[in-house]
Amino acid sequence: MPFSVKLIDGSVGRSVDPKAEAAVQMIDVHKWYGEFHVLRDINLSIRRGERIVICGPSGSGKSTMIRCINRLEEHQKGRIIVDGTELTNDLKRIDEVRREVGMVFQHFNLFPHLTVLENCTLASIWVKKMRKKEAEEVAMHYLTRVKIPEQANKYPGQLSGGQQQRVAIARSLCMSPKIMLFDEPTSALDPEMVKEVLDTMVGLADEGMTMLCVTHEMGFARQVADRVIFMDYGQIVEMNTPDEFFRNPQHERTRLFLSQILH
Amino acid sequence: MTTASNLPLEPIADAGDNAVLALRPPARRKAPIAQVLFGTIGNTLLTLATAAILLAAVPRLIQWGILDSIWTATDGSACREASGACWAFLRAKFRQILFGIYPPDQQWRPLLAVTMLFCVILYSLPPRNWDRFLVFLWCIAVACFLVLMQGGVLGLTLVPTAYWGGLPVTLILAVSALGIGFPFGVILALGRRSALPVPRILSVGLIEVIRGLPLVSLLFMSSIMLPIMLPEGLTIDKLARAGVALTIFSAAYLAEVVRGGLQAIPEGQAEAARALGLSWVDTIRQVILPQALQKVIPPLTNTVIVMVKNTALVLVVGLFDLLSSGKAALADPSWPSPFAETYLFIAMIYFVICFGISRYSLYLERRAAAGQVR
Ligand SMILES: Nc1ncnc2c1ncn2[C@@H]1O[C@H](COP(=O)(O)OP(=O)(O)OP(=O)(O)O)[C@@H](O)[C@H]1O
Ligand SMILES: [Mg+2]
Repeated sequence: MPFSVKLIDGSVGRSVDPKAEAAVQMIDVHKWYGEFHVLRDINLSIRRGERIVICGPSGSGKSTMIRCINRLEEHQKGRIIVDGTELTNDLKRIDEVRREVGMVFQHFNLFPHLTVLENCTLASIWVKKMRKKEAEEVAMHYLTRVKIPEQANKYPGQLSGGQQQRVAIARSLCMSPKIMLFDEPTSALDPEMVKEVLDTMVGLADEGMTMLCVTHEMGFARQVADRVIFMDYGQIVEMNTPDEFFRNPQHERTRLFLSQILH
Repeated sequence: MTTASNLPLEPIADAGDNAVLALRPPARRKAPIAQVLFGTIGNTLLTLATAAILLAAVPRLIQWGILDSIWTATDGSACREASGACWAFLRAKFRQILFGIYPPDQQWRPLLAVTMLFCVILYSLPPRNWDRFLVFLWCIAVACFLVLMQGGVLGLTLVPTAYWGGLPVTLILAVSALGIGFPFGVILALGRRSALPVPRILSVGLIEVIRGLPLVSLLFMSSIMLPIMLPEGLTIDKLARAGVALTIFSAAYLAEVVRGGLQAIPEGQAEAARALGLSWVDTIRQVILPQALQKVIPPLTNTVIVMVKNTALVLVVGLFDLLSSGKAALADPSWPSPFAETYLFIAMIYFVICFGISRYSLYLERRAAAGQVR
């Protein structure tokens, strides 16, 4: 199929080829909002097919960090290399990177004036210059994957939160991204809808998608993450496999945070 | 006026056996007419006052407009003797009112031009027709309009714009002021919200200067100052100068309306579009503007209607739009200048156009609301 998720060579199940080229590399990245130092010396290398969960207290810079990866925010110092392309002020390159990187937002950010189907075909048509019919086939494929093909002709406002977030995931997948960014995808959802979205994400992880996910769903982290990152005050405080991270946190701040979140 | 207290209480539902399964919503009963008119002391007084005014005015209007009126007459003498309305004047003069001093034997041309413009406007109304072809169609239609009116080619005799008048002038001024003013207004609105200082300052400057000037002075300036500023030998048609002034004026006002809509769109919409890889232009065109415009349909309609009526101000620079053609027709000494009848006729034309715009905007609003129930 021309529009199936690209399976990353060498990434079968949960094992990741360590020699594969880095999907995302952040080297000595700093960022300021005016005087406020949001990101401090971020160093992070993510292999293809790797699943990263990022957690940390509110205001610690998690969103800012992943938004730097598709240049929704600009970093001021250091280097960010996404899929071999370095992010600079070159607008062309930024567009290239954005085509490779999908993003799912806390508040879905679906386009309310377009139907679910149109939400999913918009980028195919205007960015990839696909024909409408072809774009619709791709869209229906992914809407089926997130299990809501029957809602295709409704407007986002007519769907539940969980359904909207699944549409948002399908909308991103329609661009066949190599990397997916999730910024607290379940925290605006009613509890009974969290699972349907997490299940979709687990399915995606099982297919080998490179994922960076800001979330406080620790069950999800245990189930799919290769590494868990804990951030505080704009720094990566701790980074470890989920087992080690939850069983044996190294830093006092991590322990404190985990005790608050796991009650 | 009715208040909730004087509406009869509705029984919620008959508590039948399976009433729990599916209850109908309580029927919304209208208050009986007597209660609307005489329900309270205030309403009673209002009703009586209105009735008194109607009783005084309506018979006199009927007397003037129908019983004593003159419908057929070849010249003004019959009208001079009658005490009622002189509708015969409109029959004799409607061509001059509609088409001004355009050569009478050539008046099929403005008639055809106006009819064509109305047809294109009608075709443009349903949103499903909004595509590239429509832009093309409008370019063709305006070109045809100008050729038909001006002539000088295709065996049509030349009629300079100084001889144009009436409805075609009003229509072409309104169409260009709004049709060209709207895209410029959008650009000004985007410029004003831009993060880049140069477009922002230019847009703010232009909008504020234009809004700070009365339209009349803008028309005078474009009609008197523009020829002075232009190099020797280069002249712009008087009608075109007025069109430019109206276009700039409407662009500034439309820009502020559109800006209001842009401000109402959450930042997340542009972020989602950018994250999908959409270019800035596509983000604006496909995501931001459609939503922004939907949100400002009522004030947008308001500005459009005001601009249609503002075209009447071109009379100050000596152009004959619908209103001033009517005035010119009244100057004929062989008729007894029936002002009321003529202005009623012109008012009716304006009303049909503006009321049509208003109903159309309601249709657009309802259509926009239909998709987005929350
Ligand atoms: N546009 C901005 N201008 C100034 N400060 C900002 C801006 N955006 C975010 N910040 C600040 O940067 C810090 C990091 O924000 P960020 O959104 O990355 O936090 P977060 O870890 O995602 O928090 P949360 O869990 O609440 O989403 C916060 O203190 C926030 O107040
Ligand atoms: Mg955040």
